[in-house]
Amino acid sequence: MDTIFLQVLNGLDKGGAYALIALGLTLVFGTLGVVNFAHGAIFMLGAFCAVSFNQLLTMSKKVKDESITFFEAFKEQPYLEIWFGDTGTMIIDYSVPISLVLAVPVMLVIGLVMERGLIRHFYKRSHAEQILFTFGMAIVLQEIIKSIFGANPIPAPAPDIVSGSAAIGAAIGLGDSVVYPWWRLIYLAFAAIVIGAVFAFLKLTTFGMVVRAGIHDKETVGLLGINIERRFTIIFGLAAVVSGLAGVMYAPILPPDYHLGMDFLVLSFVVVVVGGMGSLEGAVAAGFLLGILQSFASMNEIKSILPGIDQIIIYLVAVVILLVRPRGLMGKKGVMED
Amino acid sequence: MSTDKKNGSSCSRRTVLKSGAALGAASAMPMFYTRDAWAAKDFRNNPGNASSVTIGFNVPQSGAYADEGADELRAFKLAVKHLNGEGDGGMMQTMKPMNLTGNGILGKKVEFVTGDTQTKSDAARASAKRMIEKDRVIMFSGGSSSGVAVAVQGLAQEMGVIFMAGLTHSNDTTGKDKRRYGFRHFFNAYMSGAALGPVLESEYGTNRRAYHLTADYTWGWTQEESIKNTTEALGWETAKTVRTPVGAGDFSQYITPVLNSGADVLILNHYGKDMINSLTQAIQFGLRDKNVNGKDFQIIVPLFSRLMAQGAGENIKGILGTTNWNWALQDAGSQAFVKAFGQEYGFPPSQAAHTCYVQTLLYANACEMAGTFYPPEVIKQLEGFKFDGMGNGPTEYRAEDHQCFKDVLVVKGNQNPSSQFDLLEIVQEVPRAQVEYDAKIFGGELGPYEV
Amino acid sequence: MNKLKMMPEWLIMVVFAAAILTMPIWMSPLGAAYPDLLQKFAIFGVFAIGYNILFGLTGYLSFGHAAFLGVGSYTAVWSFKLLTMNVLPAIFFSVLFAGVFAAIIGFISLRRSGIYFSILTLAFAQMSYNLAYSVLTPITNGETGLQLERDDPRIFDTAVTEGLPTTELFGLSMSGYSGFYVCAAFLIIAFYVSLRIFRSPFGLKLRAIKSNQTRMRYTGYSTRPYLLTAFVISGMYAGLAGSLMAVTDPLAGAERMQWTASGEVVLMTILGGVGTLIGPLLGVGIIKYFENIFSAINETVLHGFFDFLPSWLQEFMVFITSPFVGEGWHLTLGILFMLIVAFLPGGIMEGIDKIKSKFSKSSGQSDDSTTEAVREGA
Repeated sequence: MDTIFLQVLNGLDKGGAYALIALGLTLVFGTLGVVNFAHGAIFMLGAFCAVSFNQLLTMSKKVKDESITFFEAFKEQPYLEIWFGDTGTMIIDYSVPISLVLAVPVMLVIGLVMERGLIRHFYKRSHAEQILFTFGMAIVLQEIIKSIFGANPIPAPAPDIVSGSAAIGAAIGLGDSVVYPWWRLIYLAFAAIVIGAVFAFLKLTTFGMVVRAGIHDKETVGLLGINIERRFTIIFGLAAVVSGLAGVMYAPILPPDYHLGMDFLVLSFVVVVVGGMGSLEGAVAAGFLLGILQSFASMNEIKSILPGIDQIIIYLVAVVILLVRPRGLMGKKGVMED
Repeated sequence: MSTDKKNGSSCSRRTVLKSGAALGAASAMPMFYTRDAWAAKDFRNNPGNASSVTIGFNVPQSGAYADEGADELRAFKLAVKHLNGEGDGGMMQTMKPMNLTGNGILGKKVEFVTGDTQTKSDAARASAKRMIEKDRVIMFSGGSSSGVAVAVQGLAQEMGVIFMAGLTHSNDTTGKDKRRYGFRHFFNAYMSGAALGPVLESEYGTNRRAYHLTADYTWGWTQEESIKNTTEALGWETAKTVRTPVGAGDFSQYITPVLNSGADVLILNHYGKDMINSLTQAIQFGLRDKNVNGKDFQIIVPLFSRLMAQGAGENIKGILGTTNWNWALQDAGSQAFVKAFGQEYGFPPSQAAHTCYVQTLLYANACEMAGTFYPPEVIKQLEGFKFDGMGNGPTEYRAEDHQCFKDVLVVKGNQNPSSQFDLLEIVQEVPRAQVEYDAKIFGGELGPYEV
Repeated sequence: MNKLKMMPEWLIMVVFAAAILTMPIWMSPLGAAYPDLLQKFAIFGVFAIGYNILFGLTGYLSFGHAAFLGVGSYTAVWSFKLLTMNVLPAIFFSVLFAGVFAAIIGFISLRRSGIYFSILTLAFAQMSYNLAYSVLTPITNGETGLQLERDDPRIFDTAVTEGLPTTELFGLSMSGYSGFYVCAAFLIIAFYVSLRIFRSPFGLKLRAIKSNQTRMRYTGYSTRPYLLTAFVISGMYAGLAGSLMAVTDPLAGAERMQWTASGEVVLMTILGGVGTLIGPLLGVGIIKYFENIFSAINETVLHGFFDFLPSWLQEFMVFITSPFVGEGWHLTLGILFMLIVAFLPGGIMEGIDKIKSKFSKSSGQSDDSTTEAVREGA
């Protein structure tokens, strides 16, 4: 029972990450009709927002370590600590939450520049060309990050106060061994809030209504005198922000490296397709579904019956769903076919 | 239209004639690289009377181990400098016995070429073949994973070009898959286990239950087996061994079952990114704050690397593991190397850099001792070669399996690092006698000298 | 317009064969004339030509062809281990197994089209890769890769006394240049078969599926058998390429089946020009050249390049160019993809067409660029 409860939590947590990435990908695909292979790279850039902000805050005064003569070794003390004492330490401690705020404008600008500067020219091109172009873009972005930060993962720790585990078992009447990291609980809540906000934005605002209409029938909306292109640009920016924030929040769980985007790329496409191309609800549902199934497939009890199942579960589910439901869970007819 | 067509066809005819002639030339060309062409003490890529000799450095420049690859490359360049008599000579001041003179190898200036293994067997072999076939290297070295090392070692044997392995830790490299033309200075999983054993006993006692998370591929399995054998010999129980997919990223679904498994030690048979992620996440799950069976829960990472430890940040503090070498060692050889490397690049070398530097010097020295580049003679000099002054105390290249035997370091994540490089604290230098084993236990076969 | 139709097949083939067989000569100024890279050009040429039969003709974008390549390699190595070091049985069984495997995966995946088809093929390939890397290790030898052992059964060969046996074709060693010529021979045959398919009624039907599948169905054709045939043929090409990889270098690793390997052949095909006969081969040339030659350029080599400049300018040029070569070869490749797709959506073949049409004033634009390409290649 305890194990199952924890695996559900793991699944939801993983699913939250998948859903957030897939949501951005689907937004871009649904509105702009662009298959964006650079989407994983945007997630990676978000994670590096956390890293670079953390490094910025911990800019240190370097005192030469005299005991080492062969090379320059330093004892470091961050300027923030020198200037503000304990307050400075606290600011550094909260670098990830702070960079969450900072990442919004940064990712928005990255998204807008990307769309206006590059992606815009590819709306009318074939999907194969979009894939090749955005894939090239993904490579360029990751190589730039590699040349700045190196290839090794870089830690961006969560604030001290939430770095441990919550004793949720004791709180809800399960065993004492049921503990769950605070940060992962926060991530789950964060994912839920962002997903809710995106849906509310699209369903409840006029802007969202126009965008949804535009997804449905771009030409007619254009004929009505609405500048749908401009709105789509904003949507691309929004997608970049959503994925970027997902990246920032994920950094304490998975110390980011330059290859993070590629690691998530295939997975996020599988999630989007299983959910059904162009369906936001589908993307979210598929994200959580695959997350939970992956967690359960990794349990020792299941692995002992089906060895290696945790290696392939995601793909296996994708195959089964696509065969049973031709357009994924909630896909619409005619999207990306032929 | 019609002129165009005429143009087109005449052009084609001309091209055909030209290509026909070229084809004739091609078939008349001698086959440079056939085996029979180098009988009578001639050998592949024999430098002959050339004034220089080329060696190849095949390191990961892209992929997860690119930073280690970059550090290996720095060490190689430094070694080449020292061999050619530039700089302060580094370990050439401390190595003994030594026949090197700072005049290249056998009087020939050393040059080098580089290549990217991408940490993939195919790419590594392609890159190595380029070095051998195009750049005509006399020896190649490098690498940052056992799969790649085993793959290119096989190639070395086929081609008859010596390979001095870089960072590879699997027992197989000098066990089941050993080759006459492959040599490993780095230690292996068995030695990690043997070295850790006594330290684990004194730190954590003899009554423990261990839970293994193991990367699901050959290196992970050999390490799991070696560590398991050691800990079980101490009297520890093995609660469970669980295989995790390589590059899993999120390990939460493998960590939660540890919580109520009754285990009080978690052993992470992961390396690189997997190690950083699983360790970071295990600590987030509060494993180190737990108290099981009346004992503090402990995490062990059998293979540590300082470069990788940076990625885990605070999380490595107090975690036990082993490493081949660390820059903080105080012996003359290590000091000389750290000094040379530090002055050249401004920071200390990693264990990957150390092993690559030593390997290059060892090869060069063996050529000097043999008086020739002819590989079988060079191999015979390396086999059973005993040396000192290169860190790790007196060392021997065992003839039976081409594995170096030397002291192994048991290290611990430093609680109070004095500088940004001071991440690992040496707990014990485990003497060589304690990690030695019979070459027969891993099987394998070296193969012939002459290929 | 009908230039290609006018050009007899034998002429195309002679020109093509000559161009391929003389590669050791005209590649040498590029620093690419050494056996391993030439073999790779030929092998990946086979792979890309086969892939182009599916993707170029039908428009079905498969992300799983690396799996067939992997199956081919594993089969070939097992043939070397169990039967004989002669390469013919290995190639035969590889093509056969890859074909069967492709038939199974194709049968399931072709029930869907568009991106759903792509994801199905991707899923099958990733499952094959993940399993080959871990639980199927007894068959695949996992991360290390399947290798020859001295004491393998090899029931048709006499036992070797020392060292490992080498692959051979009736005594001819398959390493070095002889290996390249054998691969080149297979490439020429593969090209010929592809040429015939492109010009056959079957090829025409595949193109019809690409342009409008619904109309095809209305006219009474069942499209699925044609698609499946194309899928299996291209799978067999991949199997052939995989077996040739094992023939020239008897080792098979799981990473050959990874999605990035499938992605590579997609990139090669698009880069060169989808649906053209020669385009994929140009794509192969460029990507393999980058991977093997560009990646090996380091600062020392750069200094050699710019040796003729005054030293301050030399330092400056090295500083400017070094991020793009050596370990930066990925960066250059990424930029190249972006540039080519942005300005030459039809790949390099379109570029060649454009240059060509600038020189010849004729307004008759060729829609099939084989002629030009063959000439270019020669």
